[in-house]
Amino acid sequence: MESNSRKELVVSAIENGTVIDHIPAKSVFRVVKMLKLDSTDGQVTIGFNLESKKFGKKGIIKASNQFFENRDANKIALIAPSATLITIKNYEVVGKQQVEIPETIEQFVKCVNPNCITNSQQITTRFLVIDKADLKLQCHYCEKITGKNNIEIL
Amino acid sequence: MKNRSLVSINDYTKAEYLKILDLAEEFEKNPKQNLLEKFVVATLFFEPSTRTRLSFESAASQLGAKVIGFSDATSSSVSKGETLKDTILTVANYSDIIVMRHPKEGSARFASEVSKVPVINAGDGGNQHPTQCLLDLYSIRKTQGKLDDLHIAFVGDLKYGRTVHSLVMALCNFNTTFHLVSPVELKLPSYVKMHIKKNNLNYFQYTELPDIMETADIIYMTRIQRERFSDPIEYEKVKNSYILTAGMLTNCKPNMRILHPLPRVNEITEDVDSTEQAYYFTQALNGVYVRQALLATILGAK
Repeated sequence: MESNSRKELVVSAIENGTVIDHIPAKSVFRVVKMLKLDSTDGQVTIGFNLESKKFGKKGIIKASNQFFENRDANKIALIAPSATLITIKNYEVVGKQQVEIPETIEQFVKCVNPNCITNSQQITTRFLVIDKADLKLQCHYCEKITGKNNIEIL
Repeated sequence: MKNRSLVSINDYTKAEYLKILDLAEEFEKNPKQNLLEKFVVATLFFEPSTRTRLSFESAASQLGAKVIGFSDATSSSVSKGETLKDTILTVANYSDIIVMRHPKEGSARFASEVSKVPVINAGDGGNQHPTQCLLDLYSIRKTQGKLDDLHIAFVGDLKYGRTVHSLVMALCNFNTTFHLVSPVELKLPSYVKMHIKKNNLNYFQYTELPDIMETADIIYMTRIQRERFSDPIEYEKVKNSYILTAGMLTNCKPNMRILHPLPRVNEITEDVDSTEQAYYFTQALNGVYVRQALLATILGAK
């Protein structure tokens, strides 16, 4: 009970919006950028290097009055597969969702291959996820593999 | 297969490879037929090629088709900044099938998705070159009388050679034993080896060419390019280790044949050309029959 109330103090609660919890600490700013929370007018609270029993250090993002669709949630899975999306309405948790890596990915990842046609012309990128555990994306066009360390979000 | 694009060798099943090879055999016996006289074949070569373009055009012409296109991007609207999409949409209005080579990887898949007529990939950068792969399979079957249970050696640049990658993947359907000869820097990439392993086939890796001379049924030679080496000293060390000479052929199997996608530079010396083992120029001729089979099948004339 005591530890719970102390947590509340670290990052304050929001009335309406989304909490993204359990982000690996090193990925928290990439998630912010990916969801374009660095250019929103709304209130965003970012917790970085918070203590976590599970991860040692974690990140948390609280975005007031912002709600994310599945497509955006899946984006997060690429860089923070452990993240949880919590929807808050009137200070109450109304939804909790573990992000999930989809089977295919469209539009928001850049192909690692500089000679890929998607990097020289206006073409929406498409990938097949061939390995979810050790994230590997195969480009639908050039067939080259973009690994987890090379993922660049468009 | 009618009206279906051919972009990657994996677009076809084993049964479909064999169907094309059987049909190519028919065309070899009778290459001049008026099967395609109602059709227009567009050959769009955004980068230069001798063998592939001419063999496609020869294949189409011998079957009575009209051929339109360009052999160099500088003589097309591409030089004015036209996008690939616009070029393809335009040409698809003028032709029944598009044969395309483009320097960018993935361009053929993209073209096949925007085009209303089928697209045959004649090489997309370092990615795929499926018609070369089919003519290699044809040449192997022709010289060995079968495709199954052969010992096939690949020599030279196994890392960047797209023809090697496609052929290895296709051969995984035929219980092949692979013998891979290359400098350490140019070994077959793991994503290609993955296919061999997945099919529970055997492969052996070597750094010396003489090691495979007595076991191979087919030796598939490729060119080692200087620009593939980050360290020029490494290139100097290995450049002469992968040259096949007539003198090395004394202990080879009598059925052994040498293939090469061409062009060659110095990796096969000219004294090999007159040996019984040299098959690379006939291999290039086989490309015409295989491409006739593909055009006729995709256009629905066969």
